[in-house]
Amino acid sequence: MNVIPLTLPQPGFKWELPSRGRVGMLSLIAAESAIFTIFVVAYLFYIGKSLTGPMPKEVLRVPVLYTICLLSSSLTIHLATRALRQGSNKVFATSWFVTLALGATFLFGTAREWHHLIYDEGLTISTNLFGTTYYSLVGLHAFHVTVGLLGLFIVLAFTLLGKLRQEHAERVDVLSLYWHFVDAVWVVVFTVVYVIGR
Amino acid sequence: MSERSRIVGSALGNLRILCLLLLIICPVSAAFAHPAEPLSPTNIFAPASTPADSIFGLSLFVLAVTAAVFVTVFTLLVYAVVKYRRKAGDDGHEPPQVYGSNQVELAWTVIPVLIVGALFLATARVIADIQAAAPPPNSIEVVAVGHQYWWEFRYPGLKVVTANELHVPASDPAHPTPTFIKLLSADTDHSFWVPRLAGKTDLIPNHPNSMWIDPHETGLYLGQCAQYCGTQHAKMLLRVYVQTREEFDRWIQAQQQPAHVSPPQQAKTGLAGDPADTVAQGRRVFEKTACINCHAVAGSANADGRFGPDLTHLMSRDTIAAGAAPNTPENLRLWIKDPSAIKPGSLMPAMGLNDQDLNALTAYLETLR
Amino acid sequence: MSSDSIAWPAAQPLSRPLTDRVHEWVTTVDHKRLGIMYIVYALCLLVIGGIEATIMRIQLIRPHNDFVSPQVFNRMFTMHGTTMIFFVAMPLVFGFANYLIPLMIGARDMAFPRLNAFSFWLMAFGGLLLYFSLLGANGLYGAGNAPDVGWWAYAPLTALPFSPGHSTDYWTLSLLVSGFGSMGTAINIIATVICMRCPGMTLAKMPLFAWLNLVMGVLVLEVISPLTAAQLMLLIDRYLGGHFFDTQAGGSAVIWMHFFWVFGHPEVYVLVIPAFACVSEIVPVFSRKAIFGYPIMVAATVCIGFISMSVWAHHMFTVGMSPQGNGFFVLSTMAIAVPTGIKIFNWLATMWGGKIEFKTPMLFCIAFLFQFLIAGLTGVIQASAPVDWQLAYSYFVVAHFHYVIVGGILFALFGAFHYWYPKITGRMLSETLGQLHFWLFFIGFHLTFDFMHIPGLLGMPRRIYTYEPGRGWEIWNLLVTIGVFFQAAGVLVFVGNLVWSYFGGKYAGRDPWDAWTLEWSTSSPPPAYNFAAIPTVRSRRPLWDLKHPDDPDWKYE
Repeated sequence: MNVIPLTLPQPGFKWELPSRGRVGMLSLIAAESAIFTIFVVAYLFYIGKSLTGPMPKEVLRVPVLYTICLLSSSLTIHLATRALRQGSNKVFATSWFVTLALGATFLFGTAREWHHLIYDEGLTISTNLFGTTYYSLVGLHAFHVTVGLLGLFIVLAFTLLGKLRQEHAERVDVLSLYWHFVDAVWVVVFTVVYVIGR
Repeated sequence: MSERSRIVGSALGNLRILCLLLLIICPVSAAFAHPAEPLSPTNIFAPASTPADSIFGLSLFVLAVTAAVFVTVFTLLVYAVVKYRRKAGDDGHEPPQVYGSNQVELAWTVIPVLIVGALFLATARVIADIQAAAPPPNSIEVVAVGHQYWWEFRYPGLKVVTANELHVPASDPAHPTPTFIKLLSADTDHSFWVPRLAGKTDLIPNHPNSMWIDPHETGLYLGQCAQYCGTQHAKMLLRVYVQTREEFDRWIQAQQQPAHVSPPQQAKTGLAGDPADTVAQGRRVFEKTACINCHAVAGSANADGRFGPDLTHLMSRDTIAAGAAPNTPENLRLWIKDPSAIKPGSLMPAMGLNDQDLNALTAYLETLR
Repeated sequence: MSSDSIAWPAAQPLSRPLTDRVHEWVTTVDHKRLGIMYIVYALCLLVIGGIEATIMRIQLIRPHNDFVSPQVFNRMFTMHGTTMIFFVAMPLVFGFANYLIPLMIGARDMAFPRLNAFSFWLMAFGGLLLYFSLLGANGLYGAGNAPDVGWWAYAPLTALPFSPGHSTDYWTLSLLVSGFGSMGTAINIIATVICMRCPGMTLAKMPLFAWLNLVMGVLVLEVISPLTAAQLMLLIDRYLGGHFFDTQAGGSAVIWMHFFWVFGHPEVYVLVIPAFACVSEIVPVFSRKAIFGYPIMVAATVCIGFISMSVWAHHMFTVGMSPQGNGFFVLSTMAIAVPTGIKIFNWLATMWGGKIEFKTPMLFCIAFLFQFLIAGLTGVIQASAPVDWQLAYSYFVVAHFHYVIVGGILFALFGAFHYWYPKITGRMLSETLGQLHFWLFFIGFHLTFDFMHIPGLLGMPRRIYTYEPGRGWEIWNLLVTIGVFFQAAGVLVFVGNLVWSYFGGKYAGRDPWDAWTLEWSTSSPPPAYNFAAIPTVRSRRPLWDLKHPDDPDWKYE
């Protein structure tokens, strides 16, 4: 039982590697981007190809307000993580809560839009190609928002319980990467669905 | 294992490799070397039509290049294994450590790039030749629709519908009369592959494709579906009859006629009783039961089903069930009685007919020439 | 010193209750144990997949055979393909990566040990789910039971009207679940290699094994996701009334092919790049020379990874793409032959001027070189689209890819088994049994897969449960089937060797092969913490530096 000490490190030898959490999260984001890419490609491919049923131009209403909510939440989460790194827990807690609220508002907006589309316009996932690709893509994104909100909520819970401290800033930052990703995906989905596809 | 036996073992090993190679090359080249005696009716190296010919020429070039690469690298490998093996009585020192060589690495990057370039250019030319061909005015137009597990062939300009056995005229290179086939599908993906006539092209629903053939010699060319389409993919066989122009015109003429019930054949079905009655009874069975839901017989008002093959000239075909069985009365009767005896998993249900109806129906179908 | 008195659990007497020991394994997060579990799981499924292949080959030994029904045969080729790719090759590759990467980079474990365990169990469960389908009852139209849509599950064959019942869903769900496991493993490999190297081990001083598995990890991330996406779309079609692949509603069957092959082609590089990794470690040691051209080997692999994501539609040459589309994929496919060829030349150059030892690991690697060369060349042949219009979906393709996967990947992995078994278990595998395994398997492999090219050239399509006599296919099918039994014998000898050597093999010691990478600096088997002290390194071959203090590598790198 026996390790040969191979070389002794020189004094002052610096060896710094990237953090595991960050690399892991970035890898996860890369994988998720690939999934979204495929759904986006399917959406783009099927634009204009529906044989029947309501067309995007007829039924889609551009969700400007909810988009602003989601994209601002990126700003608030950035403020939050910066605050935590500097140690201002109060600012962190407030910004974090606002982020969560904005995200939840966005989700509510999606739900409202879907309710309108299903019950007022008669567009479901099985109606036509537009319905299938729309609900899948927006739904996949909403699912990711939900997972993100869950993570945000857990952190909020720890904050309210007083357990979150400055040394957790790095981990919270890694989580915020995920949230930024979710927002970035929305930019793409928004462009594809409400700008190009209409 | 001793040092020496290991070396002998490895030398023997290399010898074994060489023997194995020879074992492979000899029968294979012998097999391909007799054009007079066909090795196989579906040999891609025996082209009988221009697309297959172009592919054959390209494949010889590609094979030659890859064979040259193989021989070179393999020789180097064998040489390295033999020359640089650890010899008996070795002093145990490590050999000189060589970490790389820019010149060598550049050389064996540049040369493959050039080879790839040559292969690509040769390939691009043939792609253009085959895919970009436009149908000349006297080409035959065929629409092929793939079904689970049979082929529907329509000649829209000539108003002919048939199944499984495609007839085309031979094409004289001086005055070409190619056949252009449009490929559609009624259900899943299929692929039309008659190796001696052309490469394969897929039949995909909602995605029309097209291909062409211009067979130079008359004869029967075999093939089959090449894209897994379900349980009986294996028995979705193809028969392409290349005929002289006169024969082809006569065949078209006959196919254009509606079914007429010719004078009943004697004792074909081994039945007692007036054959004409039997045939009429059979026709009644055909038109009053579920047969007409799937099958069409031109000239019979009720029978216009499209799910199964058109039976108007059923007796003009050599096989039934897309080549699964020869077209004999016994096979026909068995097919109607229990399709899974011939082609288990085919979509034709067993009709549950009693023997008398079955005999009558067979007798009727036997009249559809 | 307290470190000397730490007892390694394996040294404890075997009187600990079985439940305790099983519990330890089931709850382990140790990368070494997970690696072993991946490998053992894969070997079990290798045997099952082999039985499926044997059943098919017996059915095809002569025309119009009735050994099995068409329905059973179609399930066999679907299950064989799915099993071998997802539940044999991938776990083998992940198993070796898991076991060796931390040891080779001087780390104590992977970056995320619990994620590692979770990923293993996801993969294992996926395999069980796939085989659970065999227990499914026959439903409407006999449509229960194992999936029978081929391992690519082309649309619209997988749509509800053509695949009623649940067999297709077992295919979809089992791969979805194990796909998430694969993503977890990939994230782990990437994070480990980037974040946990020991001091002094820059990326340029990492063993090639680590580099190549890093490329594999990145590929997995980028390509399992399209498969996941396509499978979600298939589920939506089948259960929520979606129309992604519903040609009646204007959907496209071709788009499934695109999505599947965007996954499917890079997937084979996911499998072969780790095989390259094993060969890149074994050939230098048994040639007694450093790997030739380390930087180019890395660059070529990265190139292969990139280009592999642009070649997918060479599986679709017959689908009716435009001449320009076909031309692009011809070029990209042929282009990938260049970096691949470069690697073959580099291995050859490593052997050149060396002192080659023909121990079993090296025998397998030499056979790998020979066979992978042929496999690559038959790939180039098919890269020429018009030639592929004849060869696609025929037995030529089947012969080609088995040449890569069995003749290339499996041979390399057999070499890896023989090379690293001493490290994993502390015992040497029997060299005699190893050579017997090699020759039996080599003969069987060539009998089967050399001759298999010929029916393809003579017009025999794949995935057919029987064939017509008189097409010239009979003799070749017979020879192909005979080869299967030699391969089976080889595998039996191999399994016997693994088991026998575990109990009765020669003790290996720390460094039985006189090798140069860090895993050989710790005991065999390594302790749970891998290294008592995290090493610091100065070159690509730290143990060479130690063994040759007058002529260390870092002077030349």
